[in-house]
Amino acid sequence: MLYPSFWIQAIALAFSQIRANLGRSLLTALGIIVGVASVTAVIAALVGLKTKVLGEFESFGANRLFIFPDRPDDVPKNMYPWKDVRLKIEEVEAIELNCPSIRCLTPVTSLGMSAQFGDRLIEGLSVTGIRPAWHETENRAILSGRPFNSIDEANARQVCLVNESAIEELRLPNEPVGSHVLLGGRRYLVVGVVETIQSNMLGMNTSSTEVFVPFAIASRLKDDDFFFRIAAMIESPDLAGEAKSEVRFVLRKMRGLGPDDPDTFQVAAIDQFIDQFRALAAGITAIAGGIVGVSLLVGGIGIMNIMLVSVSERTREIGLRKAVGATPAAILLQFLLEAVVLCLVGGAMGVAVGEMLAFGLTLIPDAGLDEAHVPIWAIVMSFTFSAAVGLIFGMFPAIKASRLDPIDALRHE
Amino acid sequence: MLIKLRGISKIYRIGVETVHALRTVDLDIGENEFVAIMGSSGSGKSTLMNILGCLDRPTEGEYRLDERRTDRMSSADLALVRNERIGFVFQSFELLSRATALRNVELPSIYARGDRKKDRRSRALAALDRVGLADRVHHRPNQLSGGQKQRVAIARALLNRPAILLADEPTGNLDSTTTADILGLFNRLHEEGQTVIIVTHEDEVAAHCRRVIRLHDGRVASDLPIEEDPAGRFIPQLAAGGSD
Repeated sequence: MLYPSFWIQAIALAFSQIRANLGRSLLTALGIIVGVASVTAVIAALVGLKTKVLGEFESFGANRLFIFPDRPDDVPKNMYPWKDVRLKIEEVEAIELNCPSIRCLTPVTSLGMSAQFGDRLIEGLSVTGIRPAWHETENRAILSGRPFNSIDEANARQVCLVNESAIEELRLPNEPVGSHVLLGGRRYLVVGVVETIQSNMLGMNTSSTEVFVPFAIASRLKDDDFFFRIAAMIESPDLAGEAKSEVRFVLRKMRGLGPDDPDTFQVAAIDQFIDQFRALAAGITAIAGGIVGVSLLVGGIGIMNIMLVSVSERTREIGLRKAVGATPAAILLQFLLEAVVLCLVGGAMGVAVGEMLAFGLTLIPDAGLDEAHVPIWAIVMSFTFSAAVGLIFGMFPAIKASRLDPIDALRHE
Repeated sequence: MLIKLRGISKIYRIGVETVHALRTVDLDIGENEFVAIMGSSGSGKSTLMNILGCLDRPTEGEYRLDERRTDRMSSADLALVRNERIGFVFQSFELLSRATALRNVELPSIYARGDRKKDRRSRALAALDRVGLADRVHHRPNQLSGGQKQRVAIARALLNRPAILLADEPTGNLDSTTTADILGLFNRLHEEGQTVIIVTHEDEVAAHCRRVIRLHDGRVASDLPIEEDPAGRFIPQLAAGGSD
């Protein structure tokens, strides 16, 4: 009975059944449609996010290292007072001297200041204090003027760097190098314009308006116990592990931590963030998978229900088909195919809706999803799952149909 | 002998009750016979028809169709026998309402083995032509009269050139004029060499056949040529002429 024309007829029959009961079929397939559409949309969003985030990590540089103070978890706060935990300038110097895997580093701190140029006044502008090595660790181009140099830092010269957005915000002249800006009431000479990097990753480069001053100046303007972190550049990306151990060794020694004491700081390289992001993406995928599993289950039960109705409605037809020579296997296959076709139609519509949702996601401004798209493997997976739901939930009704006694079936009212 | 029944019994158990639908029936039906199986309700004629049509297996006894024993076949094998050797005609036609006459007639071929599938379309058209519906090929059942529907059903039964055309009350849903038409058609098919068995409770219908088997209480009560059977008085004039 497994001749090609049987399959063609059975598939044609399945489609004609769907067409004959269009409204009912679509309602039944809704569970599948919703399930598949949501999984495709979630996958599209994750794919988009991943492309974007990993791309940003990439541009961020794989050879960067961050050091920041961090209280150990699960210990009373008073065991590690802030003044012990915070990074100190001596520690910066020690790392600079004793960590051969680190090419260069800069402490980074930010402070809120008022900024004024002419009549234009901005209160509470976040100003970042950096050392000249920052240009190397951040790898950000100077569009005009010059970068900070060691004299700026050593003499704590009142100079600043701005980005394009700061030029706009402060209504600086288009070529601002040589202009003077009032920061916290003091005059700073604008010596250069730094390119803006569109990034909102990891709390770096967040403010679109950026003003930089030498770290020496920033530290003078802050309290004694002020917070700063260290941005460092590793000699090469594969030295990330070594660089981390070197920093840990230096800091633990300087802080006098015993072998059993936890770190009171964190050393993080970009690979760690990539791993974290990957874990997060995997978590979201698992949750989405669970939700989709539930909706496919519900959809499958709907399919089973409608197939049982169909078997019951078409009992006489089944009887007739058996009388003219359909074997139980032929009837089983026919109803199974019908359930699978119904699920695949639902799956196809779900993929279509998912594609539309994915396209909609790319239109959301600032959501970081402009790279969202449905990958081929997600479409293949959607169809596979739909077919599997059809097979699993169509099996019981199909078995029921195949076992009908032709005499009883033909007598059925 | 085309059909050979020996000691056929069918026993149903409904709860604690045992129903003997057939009690050791012996029966021979030869090729190109035109037989009426008669009996009142509960006489066992439906059970006999189901067994003859390989829709059901006897509890006891031996059924040979074309010298092949069918009483112990699996359901899949029985399905194949039904497909190749038996053409069913039902009281309520049993046409697929959404399919055209042609599609309905083609139905048995989708379950057939290889060589019976060849020229499905032309065989279906030939069968429709044979029952006089060459001009209704693309009509759906709801566009056909009762008599035309039954002709489509007969064409479907003829598609795979069955050994037996088995009709269960084929005129039960038809008016008297159409009944005469359909019975005339059966008569013509018989004259063309087709073995025809009609299950009926009406003497007027049985009168078109050549042999009448009457069942009573699960046994063959009488088995006579139509002229000797009480139904013989209803023999229509044109039956002798042999055309519809």
